[in-house]
Amino acid sequence: MTAAMTKLLLDVRDLAVAFDTDGGAVHAVNGVSYTLHEGETMGIVGESGSGKSVHVLAMLGLIPRPPGRVTGGQVLFAGRDLLTLKERELRKVRGGAIGFVFQDPMSSLNPGMTVAAQLIEPLRIHLGLDGRAARARATELLDLVRIPNAASRLDQYPHEFSGGQRQRVMIAIGLSCRPKLLIADEATTALDVTVQAEIVALVQELKRELGMAIIWITHDLGVVAGISDTVQVMYAGRILERGPVDDIFADPRNAYTLGLLRSLPDLSGSRTGRRRLHQIEGAPPDMRHLPPGDPFAPRNAFATPRCRTEMPPLVQATGAAPGHLVAAWYDLPRLLAPEAGR
Amino acid sequence: MSSGSEIARAETAGAEIGILEAVPSGPPAPAILQEPGTLAAFWRRLRARRSAVAGLVIVGLLVLMAALAPWVAPYDPTATDWGNVRGAPSLAHPFGGDEVGRDVLSRIIFGARASLGAGLVSVALAVSLGLPLGMLAGYAGGWIDGAISRLTDALLAIPFLILAIALAAFLGPSLVNAMIAIGLSATSIFIRLTRAQVRAVAAEEFVEAARAMGNPPWRIARVHILPNIVPAILVQATLTIAAAIIAEASLSFLGLGQQPPEPSWGAMLNTAKNFMDEAPWMAIWPGLSIFLAVLAFNLFGDGLRDALDPRQRT
Amino acid sequence: MSGQPPPLLAVRDLSKHYPLRTWWGGKGSVFRAVEGVSFDIRPGETLGLVGESGSGKSTIGRAVTMLNPPTSGTIAFEGTDLAKLDAAAMRRMRARMQTVFQDPYAALNPRMSAGDYVAEAFKLHRRAMRGSERREAVAGLFERVGLDPRFMGRYPHQFSGGQRQRICIARAIALKPSFIVADEPIAALDVSIQAQVVNLLQDLQDEMGLSYLFISHDLRMVRYLCHRVAVLWRGRIVELAEADALYADPRHPYTRRLLAAVPVPHPAEERARLAARDIADHDQPPDGPLTEVAPGHWAAMPQGPHA
Repeated sequence: MTAAMTKLLLDVRDLAVAFDTDGGAVHAVNGVSYTLHEGETMGIVGESGSGKSVHVLAMLGLIPRPPGRVTGGQVLFAGRDLLTLKERELRKVRGGAIGFVFQDPMSSLNPGMTVAAQLIEPLRIHLGLDGRAARARATELLDLVRIPNAASRLDQYPHEFSGGQRQRVMIAIGLSCRPKLLIADEATTALDVTVQAEIVALVQELKRELGMAIIWITHDLGVVAGISDTVQVMYAGRILERGPVDDIFADPRNAYTLGLLRSLPDLSGSRTGRRRLHQIEGAPPDMRHLPPGDPFAPRNAFATPRCRTEMPPLVQATGAAPGHLVAAWYDLPRLLAPEAGR
Repeated sequence: MSSGSEIARAETAGAEIGILEAVPSGPPAPAILQEPGTLAAFWRRLRARRSAVAGLVIVGLLVLMAALAPWVAPYDPTATDWGNVRGAPSLAHPFGGDEVGRDVLSRIIFGARASLGAGLVSVALAVSLGLPLGMLAGYAGGWIDGAISRLTDALLAIPFLILAIALAAFLGPSLVNAMIAIGLSATSIFIRLTRAQVRAVAAEEFVEAARAMGNPPWRIARVHILPNIVPAILVQATLTIAAAIIAEASLSFLGLGQQPPEPSWGAMLNTAKNFMDEAPWMAIWPGLSIFLAVLAFNLFGDGLRDALDPRQRT
Repeated sequence: MSGQPPPLLAVRDLSKHYPLRTWWGGKGSVFRAVEGVSFDIRPGETLGLVGESGSGKSTIGRAVTMLNPPTSGTIAFEGTDLAKLDAAAMRRMRARMQTVFQDPYAALNPRMSAGDYVAEAFKLHRRAMRGSERREAVAGLFERVGLDPRFMGRYPHQFSGGQRQRICIARAIALKPSFIVADEPIAALDVSIQAQVVNLLQDLQDEMGLSYLFISHDLRMVRYLCHRVAVLWRGRIVELAEADALYADPRHPYTRRLLAAVPVPHPAEERARLAARDIADHDQPPDGPLTEVAPGHWAAMPQGPHA
């Protein structure tokens, strides 16, 4: 996989987003920087308020303004800063070079339009295909996402498809213009576990066939483990850790990542003789009154005094795999050593 | 459509997700333990709406004026002055005089009592009838709901003002009867609103949780449903006061409301229509007063809706 | 079965049907949301109910507490047939059986303070209690579920999701019930909060000897929390067994498919699992009567050519 990761596709620099509310400004994204290469799959993990969804919406001009506003940063996609593009030019990027799949396949599809109409529209807009060519391509796309009898199902309405099939249609729409980047925002969260498994496997296979880069936003570490090349952990609008997927799971360096990993019961762990689940204390922060310093510090048993006053920079973790970055003033492996010895 | 509904969809979906994530833990706000009480938050939201504050101030001034009428009015509103018959506005009579020489300013001030009183009393009547009936229909369901709803549908099929005029004519001309007529005509609005609100709230999970705790039906209605529908009723009441003021003016204009010589804005307009050429001020001032009062209640009602339910904001 | 205490809850042949109206409003066929479901819950036991959307698991949760009474079948709770109780007796019975709902945002009355919400349990079922006693009891419950009693006067919107679920749990345990239906109690919570709530439920069971019907689609959490697990498919139980037996040796094809679909939070294992999957739309698994395939392990074994 690493061989394919050559050319830089997306370069996010210091992106910041705020929302104005009655109760004051909510700083939803606070200086997010990362790069994504062609063909790379990046999993972004975080809970509500982490900024994982907001930051991708902001870079594509999809947050409502007001109350939202981008307060700083650059988003270089294929060399162009998306934040400075006019709405017209951005529209060409969205659904064109960048495709999306959102969480709820029912509300993302227009119930009053046939699937054909919804699939064909982007093809005409972005690729300038005429009716016949667009229809042929639409059939091809439904085939691609493994919907049986694609040609005959094109003229059906969304309610005639099952939940999983609707999400397949959404993926077909997301892929319709051969995007270089597909952004899936909690794309399987609303689906049943067996359907989720099918969708994840489908995306994996499509990626092998089409070679696009993927940003997979989710709260489920299990899904991330299987499909990602890199994983990025976000909390309170910041990146706390980022690195190759195996290294993040085997050698987490941020206490939040560690806490998330430890709080999952696994399928092999039996009830008899099991221990209490590891729990992260406290609650996610109030985004209107973020603590100074590391936002996770108030919930972190490993926090040092410095964590409470100063946000640590995201830097290469010492002794970890190259490209494994962490924002932490503490050295987690050293703190965990006595625990392991016990 | 032509601009690409796929993108439009992406945008709406994006907007929803964006808001949900920025203000994380569902409606209306996250772990805001610093947040002051709901009332304080309500005031803050209301104050942020300038038109609502303007409406509230005007309503307040009008009510104050009506309450203090004997002290602020320069003249007795029914005293005639032959030297001021259809008198043009002057220093002594800033709003002029009417067809029998009564001071128009004083009549406007006293007329506020009839107009605002009619608005408040008739809506109070409509709410006190409509709320229980609506709750009964919405919560009991079955044939009770069927009967109440059919009656409401029938009443709503008749235009509000026509119904009020018919009822007032039936009851006989007087201000009190006009109030009753308006109140009865507006009742169906509140029955229907209450019923819809009750049904919406009753479908919420906390009502099921209340049942799971062993709440008897009447307690669910009183403790769990009623407090949650009050905001919507309050907003509708404010807006209906504006309509009731117009209705009172209309009835008085037709001679079915306030009886001479007592003043009301509608009755003043009624008389003024005969003197439009000679004494236009007789029509202008009551007309302006009605306009101002209706505008103020509507502005306040709209602001109230926004402040009570931020999700309905447009 | 010898030596087993009598079940706390015995459900026999429970069905819930909804009439489907034809387009002209006449009586059409029925939708069988739940069909012929039987199970026991023993004192102090957690029974997991797993299945996908539309499998009828929440319908069962609402039926056994008579919030949405079944079309047919019997529910015996602490030896009482719930269908034979009149409305007032059923309300009194609710002191013994409680529900924790999925969405702590929807399950709290937005215009009732957290303290009043918990105190309602006493107002309804402990009429003799004085105000001061009630306040003290509520404060104790707040502390028990990990909430600061100073927050009793606050309203739901002033709490986070995890705190709200704690309020719901405090209310559910206020009257020391013997049985709680937990209907997807962690599904709406953030990942970092789920473990807190699961641990709390676990501690309360150890302390109070509670029985749970734990309804969930989270198969990892179900294995962790439940003694026995019932797998639902289209309103029927297709497999019911001790949790360890079910996860180690699933017999019904649907159970196997369900377990195979759970993502594993280990990159290498998960990649291998994904690579092994086929991604076609699946046909529904075959279905037969529930039979005992091993002691205490019941499965609806496929019959006919599929077997």
